[in-house]
Parts: sequence; C-alpha cells; structure tokens
Amino acid sequence: MTTAPERTDPTPLAPGAPRSGTTFLGLPTAPRGVGHLRGDRPFPDAARDALRDGQLRANLGHATSTIRAKRARVVGEVPDWEQLRQAGKALKTATMARLDEHLVELERQVTARGGTVHWARDAEEANAIVTRLVQATGTDEVVKVKSMATQEIGLNEALEAAGITAHETDLAELIVQLGDDAPSHILVPAIHKNRAEIREIFLRTMPQFQGEGADRDLPDEPRRLAMAARTHLRERFLRAKVAISGANFAVAETGTLAVVESEGNGRMCLTLPQTLITVMGIEKLVPTWRDLEVFLQLLPRSSTGERMNPYTSTWTGVTPGDGPQEFHLVLLDNGRTAVLADEVGREALHCIRCSACLNVCPVYERTGGHSYGSVYPGPIGAVLSPQLTGVEDNASLPYASSLCGACYDACPVAIDIPSILVHLRAEHVEAQEKTTPEAAAFKALSTAMSHPRLWRLTQRAAGLGRLLARGRPTLPPVLPPPASGWTRSRDLPTPPRETFTQAWAREHGGRS
Amino acid sequence: MTSAREEVLGRIRTALGEHRPEVVVPRDYRAADERPAEQLREVLVDRLEDYKASVLRCGPDEVGATVAAALDAGLGPGWDAGSVVVAPGVPAEWRPDGATEDDGRPAVELAAFAATLTGVAVAIAETGTLVLDGGPVSGRRAVSLLPDCLVCVVEAGQVVGGVPEALRRLDPTAPLTMVSGPSATSDIELERVEGVHGPRTLVVVLVA
Repeated sequence: MTTAPERTDPTPLAPGAPRSGTTFLGLPTAPRGVGHLRGDRPFPDAARDALRDGQLRANLGHATSTIRAKRARVVGEVPDWEQLRQAGKALKTATMARLDEHLVELERQVTARGGTVHWARDAEEANAIVTRLVQATGTDEVVKVKSMATQEIGLNEALEAAGITAHETDLAELIVQLGDDAPSHILVPAIHKNRAEIREIFLRTMPQFQGEGADRDLPDEPRRLAMAARTHLRERFLRAKVAISGANFAVAETGTLAVVESEGNGRMCLTLPQTLITVMGIEKLVPTWRDLEVFLQLLPRSSTGERMNPYTSTWTGVTPGDGPQEFHLVLLDNGRTAVLADEVGREALHCIRCSACLNVCPVYERTGGHSYGSVYPGPIGAVLSPQLTGVEDNASLPYASSLCGACYDACPVAIDIPSILVHLRAEHVEAQEKTTPEAAAFKALSTAMSHPRLWRLTQRAAGLGRLLARGRPTLPPVLPPPASGWTRSRDLPTPPRETFTQAWAREHGGRS
Repeated sequence: MTSAREEVLGRIRTALGEHRPEVVVPRDYRAADERPAEQLREVLVDRLEDYKASVLRCGPDEVGATVAAALDAGLGPGWDAGSVVVAPGVPAEWRPDGATEDDGRPAVELAAFAATLTGVAVAIAETGTLVLDGGPVSGRRAVSLLPDCLVCVVEAGQVVGGVPEALRRLDPTAPLTMVSGPSATSDIELERVEGVHGPRTLVVVLVA
C-alpha cells in the first residue's frame, strides 16, 4: 500500500474547468488532460476522413476478414462454446458483485508471496507511482509488454517527462511507437498499417538499418519484418533492469497474475529484469484459480483465432531464483468505479480485451480505430470510453454503431453492447440542458401523432417535400441545417404521393 | 487524508450499494475428456504440428536417442552438445553426453546456448499446449526462453484432454509457462508468422 503521491498535471486545463466529471452517485470519472480516452474530434468528423483513405480501408478490410474466418473456424470446433460463454459472463458478474472483497484478497495473497500492492485512484496517480518505482531502481529505461491499461493512462508520456525511456516490445506496439503513431486496435494496434508501410517505418527508424554500410536489404515479408524486430529488441531485453506489464487476469484466491501473448516479448519482460511493475485495472480479476479454465479457453479463440496463444505466463508474487525478485502491482481505478455504479453499463467491465467485437463490426471495419479517439475503439470502446470519461466527454461514441448486434454475438463473455449503447444514448439526451433541434422535432412529432387531425395535416405538409425531390426517390442530401444533421449521413425518402391512411380511405371508404 | 486504497474500496462499495446479486456460475461446460489416451496423444500431435512444431514419438527406452534426433531436427546434424542446456531435473538418460546443466547462472548468459532440453508438467491435447511449471524438470523460466531451439519431452501420463483438467494438476503459485508452438506473431496483417522473440523452433518428444 502507498500514500497518495504529489499530483502533477502535464497539460493544465483552462482555469475553472473541472478536473474530471462525476457520474452516478458522485463517483469520479477518468480525469481530463492525461491519458488516451478522449479524441480531439467527434467520431463522425474523424470517421469521414478515415473513410476517404483508400489504403486504410483496404488494410482493415483484409485484416478483419482474415481474423473473422480464423475465429469462426476455431470457435466452431468447440462443442461447449455457448456454455463457456455463459460461464464467463456469470463469472464476471459474480466478480463485480464482490469486487471489493476480491481485491482485498488479491492484495493479501500478492503481499504474502513477496509482492507489493499499490492503489491508484486515477491515471495521474498510477503514472506517479510507476515513475517513482522506476526512479527508485536507478534506471532510465524500461521494457514494456503491450498493455491497454498503460496506454489508457498515458504512462509512456509520463515516463518520458521524467526522463525515462519506455521501449514497447510487442511487434505492433513497436510499429506504432517507431512510426510515432497511435494504436488503432486492442489486439493488433498497427492493424491500419500494411507490410509495405511497416517496412518503411523499420528502415527509417531502426538503428540497425542506419549509417554507412548498413545492410538495408529488408523485404516486406512478415517473417523478415518480425526478424528485424527480434534483432532490434534482443539486446534491450538482455540489458533491461525494469519491465512494465499489464495483466490479462489476476486470481484473487492465490494472488496469481496472468499475461497471455504470442511473441515471447511478454516472457522476456516477465522473466529477465530484476523488477517487474504490473499495472492492472481493478476489474481484471477472477475469484478462483479454477475460473481461469473458462477464460483461457474463451480468450485465445476469440482474439487471434488460435486454439491457444503461443505463450501464457502466470506468476504469484516473487519466486526465488526464477524471474524478477521485486514485484509491484498497481491497481487502477481511473473511472472504473463510475462504470460499476451504472447497473446497465457495468457489464462493459466484463470485457477481456479479445477484440472480437472490433473484427466483426461493420463500422470499425470501415472507419478504423483512430476515429474513436480512445485507446478502446470499436463496439466495446464505444461503451467503455464514454463511461470511463463520463458520457459528455465522448458523446459521439454511443452513436458510432448501427446497432446490428454482431458484437454481442461475437463477445466471448456475452456483453450486450447494443443495449448499453442505447442506454448511453438516452443518458446523453437526458444530459442536454438546452433543447436540441432533434429533441424539438421529436416533441413536435409526438404532439402531431397524438392528435389525428394534426397528424393528417402534418402528412399533407410532408407531401410538399416532393417538390424538393424533383422526381428522385430520396430528398437531396444537402438540406439546410438543422435538417442537414440528419440527411448528411442518411437517405431521407421522398414522401409518397399518397399516404397509407389516404390509400386505405380511398379503397375502403370512410373519412379521409 | 484517505488513502487511495480506502478511497477506491469505498467507491466500489458506493457503486455496488446494499443489494449485491448472488450469482450462480453455470459450470456445464466439459470438465474432462473421456477419449482414450492414445486418441488424446494423436490430437496433441495434430495440434502441435498445426502450430509448426515438430513431434517425434518414441518408446520409454528410446528417449535419449530421440532427443538426439530432435536436436538434429532443430539445430541440424553436427550440433555441439556443449551448446545444449538442460533443466537440472531432466533424467540422465534423456540428456545428450556433454550437455550443460543449468546451474542458476545469470539468466542473460543462457542466451549463448543454441538449444534447451526440458520436461513438462502437463500437456493439453485439445489446444496443443505444453505447461512448464518452473520445477526441476521444467527448469526456471529463462531456460526455456532464451535459446532459439526448445526440445520438450512429454511422457504418456502427462497428456490431458482439455484446459480444465490441466489446471487441476498445476500449482497456481508456481511460475507457469504455457507453450503452444514456437513463438509467433499475427501483428502484420493478422497473418500468423512463427518465430519472434521466444524459441523459433519447438521440437516435442512424445514418449508413449
């Protein structure tokens, strides 16, 4: 346990701006000005630019269709997939219902086995704890295993501000880091780049390809690119004193942490350095060791479409003579308790970060991850990010979905993402203090639909829209505002010559 | 001033309120695989080969010779036994003559070895997974990580059907490594490529 560190704010807000919002029951959301949960632009604006990038759409289309086919094949061969899925869902629900007790037990077990547990209310506190721990070792560089939590809190930037270099070691994270880019997918952060683009980044940035006489022969074959990454990182692994990881799971009853990975970079970080610092969201734990038997079946098949990922490492505190001899676990809130307070929205905390929902989402496949503005893109990001930050800080994300439900079907823990999206849309609408044009329109429509005479008049008036259409089946997309807000991304059909009620009255008689 | 620990725990209690649901976890998924042992071994071989690992099968008396053949396959003929490091609990009859036993030297020095020989704690047929538990036969984690070729001996009684059976056999507090094929990545266009930071070659000797 640790006391609160001194707070430093790298990007001060305008005077008077609230540091963070609060949500249900006054629980604080993730603070502004630190980390990567908020975009600079609303989703529709960012998505419009992404849709114009033909290369991006080709890269995403290729990658997501490849992974969808792999996933479908390995999920299809498991006869009890649905039972596992329901068990996974129930386990997560049970975990959340007793989250405080499980965390206390986890802390007790980790501490009993030689680890140190730290608690962080938010991103700034977590960054300060990790920075202090690294500084205490006297080193100025760390190796990192891919971790969503450390991306979320902007840890690399915080370390850099303290003069500490963080080397990302996952291949995709390395591509993103060397390319000075941002991750666009939970599992494969460089999914938006194809092999030729990755080759360019490596040739431009890796020291092994620089200088006189350097062998710059690097074909864009994935195997050769992976070898270049191996060479680039090998020596860094061997000299690293400190590693920073996330965690896929933590087992409360035993204090065991688990990292699921493919390349062996995780094993390098978890095994070779003297000090290991793990940053974990408080929702990542499971109550018992046995519970892992469910998640270790659900996760690999859902994420990389493999029966099992190449490497899963588990460790409990410190093992003398094997691996890091100093272990710190940082438990991170950063808005998670605010999500937990929402009885509908809390299901988003069940996410095991497999990214199956991204790969099946028709919106994600076309816009890519950057459009979402948060490290959590795609359907799960659209429900998680607005809840972590408060919905008004990510107000466009609950609408970044066609509500087709493919994400719900693919989710290995059966998170009902479409229902949470609708719930958050309602929350956003209710939060509006001024009347929006949409609200005014629906209020008027409600009045019209409650009065038959008024409704018939409205229908007749709508018929005038035929004049705008000039014989075409839809109205022009460039209606003046506020109607443009609707027609910019949707077809508005030309009103019919005759409404259904008019036709009914004509054929069956009665009042028109 | 309230500590972060008390504050986070307090927030959780506020968020959950008084009425916490009692959740029954349905465990009607498969807990055991009733297929005969030989069939499970065949599934294991199939899964391992699917990951581009090589599998050599042999009888209990032929382990030493088969390990030598595995090293031929992994390193090419003419390998130097001194460049093979073995976990300290590996039986003498499995070891190539002249192999180096891991003596707990600084982990980074293990990178100089060309190959590693270990046993396993358990093997999972359905997922093609070998589990190393950090014990004398599996070796400490760095031993099976740094050399580029890993040879693992799996004994007949160590093969189980699925993940639930394997976890029941393991000590959760041991440093476990579950290995399913050589190291690999799908990070470039989501196409799987074998061989990144961990051993690029995995050869399994299945004794049965």
